[in-house]
Amino acid sequence: MAVQTLCCETSNQIDAIIERRGADPDSLIEILHAVQEEIGYLPCEVQEYVADRLGIAPGAVEGVVSFYSFFTTVPRGRHTVKVCQGTACYVRGGKRLLEAVSKHCGCGVGETSADMRFSLDVVRCVGACGLSPVMTVGDDVYERVKPTRVAEILAKYE
Amino acid sequence: MSQVNITINGQTVAAEAGMTVLQAAQAAGIRIPTLCYHPDLPAQGACRVCLVEIEGERVLQPSCTFKVREGMCVHTRSPRVRKARRTVVELLLSDHPSDCTACARNGTCELQSLAEELGIREVRVKAEPPGHEVDDSSFSVIRDPDKCVLCRRCIETCTVIQSVSGLRIKGRGYDSVVGAAFDLPLGSALCVNCGQCINRCPTGALTEKSHIGAVWAALEDPDTFTVVQTAPAVRVALGEALGMDPGKIVTGKMVAALRALGFDRVFDTDFTADLTIMEEGYELIHRVTTGGVLPQLTSCSPGWIKFIEHFYPDLLPNVSSCKSPQQMFGALAKTYFAQEAGVDPAKMRVVSIMPCTAKKFEAARPEMNDSGYQDVDYVLTTRELAQMIREIGIDFETLEESGFDDPLGQSTGAAVIFGATGGVMEAALRTAYEVITNEKLEDIDIHAVRGMQGVKEATVQVGNLELKAAVAHGLANARQLLDRVARGEGGYHFIEIMACPGGCLGGGGQPIPTSMEIRKSRAAAIYQADRDLPIRRSHENPSIQAIYEKFLGKPLSEKSHHLLHTKYTPRTRRANQVATRE
Repeated sequence: MAVQTLCCETSNQIDAIIERRGADPDSLIEILHAVQEEIGYLPCEVQEYVADRLGIAPGAVEGVVSFYSFFTTVPRGRHTVKVCQGTACYVRGGKRLLEAVSKHCGCGVGETSADMRFSLDVVRCVGACGLSPVMTVGDDVYERVKPTRVAEILAKYE
Repeated sequence: MSQVNITINGQTVAAEAGMTVLQAAQAAGIRIPTLCYHPDLPAQGACRVCLVEIEGERVLQPSCTFKVREGMCVHTRSPRVRKARRTVVELLLSDHPSDCTACARNGTCELQSLAEELGIREVRVKAEPPGHEVDDSSFSVIRDPDKCVLCRRCIETCTVIQSVSGLRIKGRGYDSVVGAAFDLPLGSALCVNCGQCINRCPTGALTEKSHIGAVWAALEDPDTFTVVQTAPAVRVALGEALGMDPGKIVTGKMVAALRALGFDRVFDTDFTADLTIMEEGYELIHRVTTGGVLPQLTSCSPGWIKFIEHFYPDLLPNVSSCKSPQQMFGALAKTYFAQEAGVDPAKMRVVSIMPCTAKKFEAARPEMNDSGYQDVDYVLTTRELAQMIREIGIDFETLEESGFDDPLGQSTGAAVIFGATGGVMEAALRTAYEVITNEKLEDIDIHAVRGMQGVKEATVQVGNLELKAAVAHGLANARQLLDRVARGEGGYHFIEIMACPGGCLGGGGQPIPTSMEIRKSRAAAIYQADRDLPIRRSHENPSIQAIYEKFLGKPLSEKSHHLLHTKYTPRTRRANQVATRE
């Protein structure tokens, strides 16, 4: 599991980020954001490398990564699909919509499709209750989605 | 320090500026129940048990972190406080396992006593314990996360006191769990086995790996010859675990209790502490006179040894090659003593009574079998010994005192002070001075190396050498000192390092609770025990002179090297892995 070394390309990418932001433990969250942006996720080797560069314990980095739901330690798909399960969406078919998306992608909530195309999440409200049920793909919002439209919507994303 | 006047429960209280409300209340003799607060550690404000009402504050505030202000009005007994505190404790109990009778901390658990103090008879909310598995992968420390109350004392201990930072909290809310980074089992993780986390854990979430069952089995087997050794710091702390006040010297009662348990011979690790002084002292003289690697670092503390193996592998050549007194004893019991007594070492079991959990790891090191067998078979902490004494109903306080057996039972005042920070240094200086100069050291109490200061220094004129010595206890203090050594600073000849605060008397296997006051009481008892002994210099111990005459030859002889000296293992900084040179 842990205690693997990084390939030198990845460590160079992290070095460049830390160079820009300064090797300051107070900047840990910003650094982790930037590293995740660039590499896509934060596996334990990456967390250990960041910890080493900032002179803090690996556990301190892992504490932060595991606390904030934004950070992920597993690779994510190219597109993130979020299906709203807030009250309004739920009563207007949000659950069936979620099942349809899950079936289409072949992965459960919090997981990524085998072809790395989609990662599936739920959200509790996107503030568009009048348009429920709602799902988002990346920054795009889809309203009043019926399960039958899922295949057509997701086909737009490679 | 400027003074601040506040009122607590209508009573005017003078506090020092910068104090917390809790400290001010404690100074005024007003009790506020706490859980995550520990006097050795920075306050966390994590558990909310110490909530108080402060006039002008919208919500209740944790008294352990809230600072006093002039004119502040605090209420610790208001209905709001009382109800909130009960709710907080009930919530802590809501997902806590309730099989207290089968817990290692039954009777010493702070959550249990808090529930008792508050008279909790009903827990209104009930949740399932998280269902984490018990981690018994380590030789020393067992972790049961379901019993954890997330107080963070262990994390702070590992980080602030020991600078190991091997523990962290992962996740959030109900899913939070304390453990080693990246979920490594403790046996594979970065851990020095010091057990300081156990000493500060309020519940049974962290305990030692018990050898009690194995020791009973050996004692109750008529074909097994059982030999026991007792570390210096046990005799000034064992009484605490058996209902006595801290600071009582109970050597004679401890020996009597061990005989009553059925050990065939009751010996003393103090004997091999004296032997350590001979070997380590001659090693130092050898290094100084032949241009060897300096400073020489002591090697008695297995938590410290694991620390340097992980964090400063480049400094391993500085570490004395001497085994710790525990391991010297094991190697000699199964050779020298077995031979003298006509006992088959294959049928012998050597048990150690140690203030230490790291000794369990040390005894299990693969290289510790120079007698041809595992040199030390089982290690009991002071707490485990107290448990065994209670189990068979020995009335410790009225026990008639008894003396150690020969030939591994005779020791000096120089050996007993091994149990306190600075003691090994003082004992070594007593002998080195006299061996090098051939003169009697007039005042053998070397006060510069005593006391609870984190890093101590002393310069002693030994013949024409101005010997520079340093002492550190607690690994965060050791790290400071080592960083200086690594930079080539200090010009030291000899450095003593003990992993635990106060030295072995504050070890991870000692009775719970621990605090600076308790450790100072134990230290005072150690130095009293030194003054009480007729011989106070290791080289004057007749049994030590005899073992060199009859068996070892001289210090650093070939036989000594074989049985009493060892090698170390460089490890990585990330996990319990042997480092491979690239």
